[in-house]
This record gives sequence, C-alpha cells and structure tokens, in this order.
Amino acid sequence: MSVQPTTDPAPGQIDRSAALEFYRVMLTIRRTEEQLARSHQQGLIHGACHTYVGQEAIAAGVCAHLRPDDAVFSTHRGHGHALAKGVPPRELIAELFGRATGCSRGRGGSMHLFAPEIGMMGTSGIVGPCILQATGAGYSFQLLKTDRVGVAFFGDGAVNNGAFHEGLNLASICRLPVLFVCENNQYATEIAFAYAAGNPQVGMRGSAYGMPGVTLDGNDVVAVYQAAGEAVARARAGGGPTLLECRTYRTRAHAEGMRDVGYRTQEEVDRWKAQDPIARCRTYLLQKQAVAVEALEQIEADVQTTVTEAERFARNSPWPEATTACQHVYSEPAQPASH
Amino acid sequence: MREITLIEATREALAAAMARDNTIFVVGEGIGPRGGNFNTTTGLYDLYGPERLRDMPISERGFVGMCAGAAMTGSRPIVDFMFVDFILDAMGELINQAAKIQYMSSGRLKMPLILRGCIGIGHSAATHHSGSYFPHFVNIPGFRVVVPTTPYDAKGLFATALVSDDPVIFLEHKSILFHKGAVPEEEYTIPFGQARVARAGQHCTVVAVGAMVGKTLQACERLALAGIEVEVIDPRTLNPLDIQSVLASVHKTGRLLIVDETFQPCGIGAEIAAQVVEQGFDDLDAPVCRLNGAYAPTPYSPTLEAAVVPNVEEIVRAVETLMAA
Ligand SMILES: Cc1ncc(C[n+]2csc(CCOP(=O)(O)OP(=O)(O)O)c2C)c(N)n1
Repeated sequence: MSVQPTTDPAPGQIDRSAALEFYRVMLTIRRTEEQLARSHQQGLIHGACHTYVGQEAIAAGVCAHLRPDDAVFSTHRGHGHALAKGVPPRELIAELFGRATGCSRGRGGSMHLFAPEIGMMGTSGIVGPCILQATGAGYSFQLLKTDRVGVAFFGDGAVNNGAFHEGLNLASICRLPVLFVCENNQYATEIAFAYAAGNPQVGMRGSAYGMPGVTLDGNDVVAVYQAAGEAVARARAGGGPTLLECRTYRTRAHAEGMRDVGYRTQEEVDRWKAQDPIARCRTYLLQKQAVAVEALEQIEADVQTTVTEAERFARNSPWPEATTACQHVYSEPAQPASH
Repeated sequence: MREITLIEATREALAAAMARDNTIFVVGEGIGPRGGNFNTTTGLYDLYGPERLRDMPISERGFVGMCAGAAMTGSRPIVDFMFVDFILDAMGELINQAAKIQYMSSGRLKMPLILRGCIGIGHSAATHHSGSYFPHFVNIPGFRVVVPTTPYDAKGLFATALVSDDPVIFLEHKSILFHKGAVPEEEYTIPFGQARVARAGQHCTVVAVGAMVGKTLQACERLALAGIEVEVIDPRTLNPLDIQSVLASVHKTGRLLIVDETFQPCGIGAEIAAQVVEQGFDDLDAPVCRLNGAYAPTPYSPTLEAAVVPNVEEIVRAVETLMAA
C-alpha cells in the first residue's frame, strides 16, 4: 500500500487520488495499531509495542513523496513509518508475533523493522541513531550521483541527544539530500518536552545548523504533505537538508500495557483527540475534495479486511527455526562464527 | 624487493581500491588536503577530491553513525580515527548499530565499513592517545578485528578489509607505523583468520599481538643463545581468530605464553588460553601463561610509561619461567 508520488499539484491543491491514498494509509496504520493493541492484551506480542495512534498524518504525508529507493530510518515508534513506506500489515503483525514471515524474519520485533527492498532501512531501539544513518544514506546518494533521499523520523526526545546535533550539522556542511522529521508529540515517555528542552521550538533549530526549519501542524496530513513535498524536492535537486517539526500527540500510552496517568491530564488528551488526524482528513475529503461518503466507506471496509486477514496470517505463520538463530552475524554465511 | 613502511603499505592498498571502486570514501579529521595525521591518505585528496576524502568536524559519533548509514545504502566508507582512542565516543553507533544491522536485517543489508586507527603505548602519548581496545571489539559479534604487524601483512589485510562486507576494525600500532619491510608492488590479499608463524621453534609457543610481536622476536634471539627455541605466532586477525595454528604449535611445543600490551582481564590472552585448554589440554606440559600491560591507565612520564608495557626483558623471563614449569 505504499503511496505513489503524484504529479505535483498547484500550491494549496492536492490531487484527489493522492488525498484518498492518505486516508487509506492513515486508516491502515490506525486499524493495524488497534489490532496490535488487542493482540498485545492477548499475549501474542512478546516484547514492547509502541503504537503510532494519533500521529498517522506524518508518516502518510511524508512517505507519499518517497520512492521505494528512498531510504527511511526510524525509531522505536516506527510501525507507521514501516506501513507508510510499504511494509504490508501482515509482515508487520507477523514480526511482532515473532514469526518467520515477519518483515525482520522474527529477529526484530516492534523496534527493529527492516524491509530494505522497499527502502525501510530499520527502526531502532535506541533513540537517535536514525538521524545519523539517514545522513549517511544522503551521503551515499550524493556520492552515487542519484536523486534519492534519506529520511529520519524521530520523536522530540531525540532532539536533545547528541546524534541530532551531529547529524544535522554533518548533513548541512555536506549539503546532503536528507529530511529530518521530528514528530513532536510533546512527551518522551512521561517527560514533557517543555521541561526537557532549553529551547522547545524544534523548527527554529534548523537555522542553528544552516538549514530550513519548518514547524507545522502534524495532525494535518495536507500540511505535512505540502511541507514534505518542498523539502523532498529541494533535497532531490541538490538543495540540501530540511528539518520538519510536526506538532502532534500520541493518544495511547507510551507503550502498550504501560500505565498512562499522572503526567498529563485527561482534558489535554481529549483536546488532542478532538484533533484526530484521520477524522480531520475525512472531513477534508468530504468537504474540500467532494468525495462521496461511499468511497470512504469502501476504503474503511477494505482496510478492515486487510488488517483482519493480516492478523490471521500472522497468527498462523510458522515460528523461525531455532537453528537459524546465529545466521547473518557476518556477511558470508559460509564463514564460521569466529569463536 | 623494495621496502616500504607499514603506513605506506596500507595507503597503497587504499589507493588501488579507490581507483577501482568509486563507492569508497574516507572520513576523518585532517584526512583531506593534509593527508592524515599519520599519512594514511597522503596524495589521495589530489586524485579524488573532497567527496571521497571528506574532512570532518570533531564529531566522532556523528560521522561513525553517518558512515553506518552510508554503508547500508551502497557505499564503502572508511573512518580514519587517527588515534583509535577517539572511537570510544562512537561506541553506541558501532556496537548497537554497525555490528547488528546485518543480523537484524537477516542478511539483507550489508555493512562494508572500515574503522581504522592507531593504537598502542609509546612516546609519552599519555592515556587518551595510547589505547588499543581490541578486546572490546573482539567481544562483539559482527566485527572483524585486524592487527597487522608487518608492512606486507598490512597491505594484504587492508586489501581484504576493502572488499569485506562486514565492519572491520583495523588497528595499526603507532610504534611500527614507520617500520620498513618488503612489500610487492602488485595487489594481493591476505584472508582474515590465518595466523602467521613469525618464527619457528620447538620448545615453547608465544602468541604475540601487535607491537609485542617485534619485542618477542628480540627476546627470542636472547633465548636462543640459551638454547630455547621459541615459536612465535602472530594471529594478525583477532576476529576471526586462527586458533588452529595456535593448537598446532602447542601440540609441538607443549607450552604457551600470550604476550599482549592491553589489559589482562577478559582479554585476548584469556580467550586464547581458554580455547587451548578446551581443545588442546592433553598437549600442555605446563599451565598457560599470560604477560600483559599493567592494569592501569597509561601514564605520561617515560619511566612510568615504560613500567606499564611488557618489555623484552620481561618476555625473556616469562619464557624462562614457563620453561621451568
Ligand atoms: C538512547 C536511548 N535512551 C533511552 C531510551 C529509552 N526510551 C525509549 S522511548 C523513550 C522516549 C522517547 O521519546 P521520544 O523520542 O519523544 O519519542 P516518543 O516515544 O514520544 O514517540 C525513551 C527514553 C532509548 N530507547 N534510547
């Protein structure tokens, strides 16, 4: 379900089929996450599970501009990025179930999602490295004289980490084709970003590194799509990196099964739920794009079917063979492990 | 055959590979027009320019992480640390990322990344410019660890690193960088995982690492005068480790000493000793012995510095003690 890039519409205008695709992608992420949350309660997920609920517009709006040969590097909250880049829900769910059919063949789980064939270069259990690796992808793409781009998705928690400082500076001095997408959901676990940052305006930090920095409404898929479109076009044309700060909110707990009280108010959560990016996209489609409600209901039914079948596929998938546990430590499988 | 230095030998391998493969690039501080603090890249900037010899800000974590990303996406980066001590600022990117990406991607991504730096104690470099740290990397699945000791080996092993799809830690001891040795002009490779017998002997086996190979060979001259013929094994690569060559030698001599400048606990000597005890116990006529550098940071003053590195005298005594055991 990867989003195909569309011909660039006039500023302020979005091609209707692209807009419908946003809806499909966002809904696929939402329904998959809801399924994962249920599966987590059923004990089918063996490790951590950080859902992307509430932040779907960012992955959908950015990845709509990406080709399979563009490289996405993501973080611990990465299901949405994997799905928007084109990982099928069944491979994501199977991975979280620890099955051989998962996108990482059961080696990774929620925080290590790999599908390099389509440019999903990994999510990471460590906050920060994705910023540097996307910079490195930009380095390769510049060296190889291609117009491919590297994209890093990361939370507000990453911007106070040294990787952010070093990565943005390196991308800037080398003028690399990279997008740095900060999903500012305002909390790192239970630590408020306003507390953790001396300057909580992430977008403003772009100028500190000599690159454009843009702050936008991350729950507005059209706004994300347009800002990312400019940034991707600039990167492909050799104009260097961009920092995007997408203001958003995660409406579920930091991770499934974690307590979610004491650090934010119910009133704040409700206020953000009222800004739900999928509901807003639906309204936009009905009102601004004059899409018939039946078309949306069709997408809703299709997505539900896909996710239901994906869960069944994952549940019925085989476990990885225990004998493969030490494969791929080194590149040549013929070479024995050293010790 | 002509003789060149160890650093010229690796530079020759690098130049040949860069001429052939335009996905290779080097990053580091002063590796561009300056040609590297240790002359690792002299002359290459003029040939290949700033895109392939990219001077970096003092951002070790940043450029190591960047190079990991580049290695995943089609290029072959080389990080030139100058002193390997600076690699410590990048350990997370190395151990959690570079070493694990091939595995976590079930072999679908490669990590052709070279991390090179100068190691070792000497010249009052003091504690932030004297480290070796190879035991740390040998402990991690995913890395190759290479410690060449002759110009010939350095060229062939570096050539192998330049075509490897695994992350390779390539460590050159500062005290031997400018030692000369015979090196063919043509290209050749030396496979990882093959030890070199630096001296043949039948009374005792010494495995020596890095600069300790040269010191051990000096000690052997004195021991030979006393009728003790030592076999010296230079592992050349610590991962993969050619334990078979060590076992074959111990089968012949019955005695084993490991000489290593780095710290003793959990070190390469401990690993070799354990493997020999596991696989060659019946060949041993005496307990396996280790001679290591002192378990302390490296001091500055020449008298203090000399006290923390094994010297020729100590190696002679360690062998004599082992022979008496
Ligand atoms: C380097 C590092 N330190 C700590 C953690 C533990 N940790 C996991 S998620 C998280 C919060 C991250 O917050 P943020 O980056 O804002 O992303 P969010 O969870 O809000 O999406 C922390 C501290 C980690 N994974 N990596």
